[in-house]
Amino acid sequence: MKRYSVFAIAREALRYHTGWERAWRSPEPKKEYDAIIVGAGGHGLATAYYLGKNHGIRNVAIIEKGWLGGGNTGRNTTIIRSNYLQDSSAAIYEKARSLYETMSQDLNYNVMFSPRGVMMLAQTHHEVRGYLRTAHANKLQGVETEFITPQRVKELCPILNIDGPRYPVLGALWQARGGTGRHDAVAWGYARACSDMGMDIIQQCEVKGVRSEGGVVKGVETTKGFIGCKKLGIVVAGHSGQVADMAGFRLPVEAVALQALVSEPIKPCMDIVVMANTVHGYMSQSDKGEMVIGGGTDGFNNYTQRGSFHHIEETLRALIETFPIISRLKMLRQWGGIVDMTGDRSPIISKTPLGNCFINCGWGTGGFKAIPGSGWAMADLMAKGEPGPLAAEFDMWRFKEGRFIDESVAAGVAH
Amino acid sequence: MLLIECPYCGVKAEETELSPGYEAHLKRFGPGSTDEEFEAYMFARKNPKGVHFERWRHSYGCGKWFLAARCTATLEVFGTYPAQVGEPPADIIEKIKARRPDWKGYK
Ligand SMILES: Cc1cc2nc3c(=O)[nH]c(=O)nc-3n(C[C@H](O)[C@H](O)[C@H](O)COP(=O)(O)OP(=O)(O)OC[C@H]3O[C@@H](n4cnc5c(N)ncnc54)[C@H](O)[C@@H]3O)c2cc1C
Repeated sequence: MKRYSVFAIAREALRYHTGWERAWRSPEPKKEYDAIIVGAGGHGLATAYYLGKNHGIRNVAIIEKGWLGGGNTGRNTTIIRSNYLQDSSAAIYEKARSLYETMSQDLNYNVMFSPRGVMMLAQTHHEVRGYLRTAHANKLQGVETEFITPQRVKELCPILNIDGPRYPVLGALWQARGGTGRHDAVAWGYARACSDMGMDIIQQCEVKGVRSEGGVVKGVETTKGFIGCKKLGIVVAGHSGQVADMAGFRLPVEAVALQALVSEPIKPCMDIVVMANTVHGYMSQSDKGEMVIGGGTDGFNNYTQRGSFHHIEETLRALIETFPIISRLKMLRQWGGIVDMTGDRSPIISKTPLGNCFINCGWGTGGFKAIPGSGWAMADLMAKGEPGPLAAEFDMWRFKEGRFIDESVAAGVAH
Repeated sequence: MLLIECPYCGVKAEETELSPGYEAHLKRFGPGSTDEEFEAYMFARKNPKGVHFERWRHSYGCGKWFLAARCTATLEVFGTYPAQVGEPPADIIEKIKARRPDWKGYK
């Protein structure tokens, strides 16, 4: 792999950009691999990357039914933060956030991580108490966050209306080191690094079945035929229920649509991320100037990657109240992704009833921020067969045993 | 936008008039059940890509809970029926089979 650098840009500029090589190979599948990852989203690719980088397992295939990064990884609104309430969540999200800080250097790929700060508005007394509690918990966890006053909110984001008639801003949870990144670049950067380690990324190849004998996975049936493996990692987000069904077990997961939209581009007016969870909307401004907007999930099981119009209406209604200056903006594009929601709104990184099969899912509406930490923990689990400290509490049996990692009550937010 | 007919008041309600309630026909377990049974009731879901039986409430209409058969891959609604049944009625099953000949059936 040729490194990207300022010298490479200069060299290519002089020869009319004829020397760039493809970022990753597109090989035909081999007969067998040491490990197969199903799903080339951020979490699958990061798992493969850390299998190679941290554990020296490089005979790996990543199998993707569409194109890499075309699932939720390429559809999300890229908010990165780690101020969760529970210790096990804070640990893995903070690991991820800190890996984002050096990701561009590690991967030699600009993922445009922008630690611009994430602000979560408190607009009810209940929310004030909740966020104060989170701020205290974060102190104990070593995650830097603070609870700030409405005046400070206004300073940080002048276009915010803090005196709204329904829900005036009473304060906010502020994580200065949170921010955004470039979602596609995260997938592309990991893909390029995996391909460079000799791993095969096999796109346009759908896994249709899981072949197992005596409780041990032998390989997967795909649209390109049978591919054998010694270990299998299922990392397919919205389709987790489907692939788990092929492997013969059931998950505490439901698939629902989550939508997002962007406005026409305008001049820079907002240099942080703002989330308003009481009214269900959040917004940031992209480098192109578009306002990037999201809200809550649609309410019913859905695999169509499109949602209902009235949810967009609800989100915009909430945001116009919060940011009156956007009331005349035109919205340019809207899209949906299928998110995998668990009962406690926390992810699953787990062994399964099959000996050499592992699953990573349940990131729901908020897994972009977790990609590097999740890949790190999942690679550890797949390499050693047992979870390390980051993944230990995220096993799928916690639902049976009542060990919930309850972020739904803690935050009740969309991401 | 989904259009779903309420089997009680006969109104063809549009989605904003309704509240979704997820998987229908869950067998309820209480005290005395095993951990597995209770987990299955509380959390394990079929979550199919295809025919799904689910609960809806006509919240801005008659206010009653009812059940619907719907395809999660196309959003087609096959039919609705009152909630006081343990499994989908035969006429709904027939309607689904007519539209989805290779459907494996209710289990
Ligand atoms: C609108 C929206 C906004 C969001 N906003 C945020 C946010 O601001 N911050 C945040 O942290 N998170 C956010 N998220 C959540 C985040 O996008 C996801 O949690 C994360 O991207 C999941 O990554 P993944 O790699 O697990 O899944 P995906 O990127 O969905 O990858 C899974 C891949 O598996 C493939 N696959 C599925 N079935 C098969 C099969 N049978 N065979 C082969 N391949 C298969 C799919 O094609 C897909 O490419 C948002 C999500 C949405 C939809």
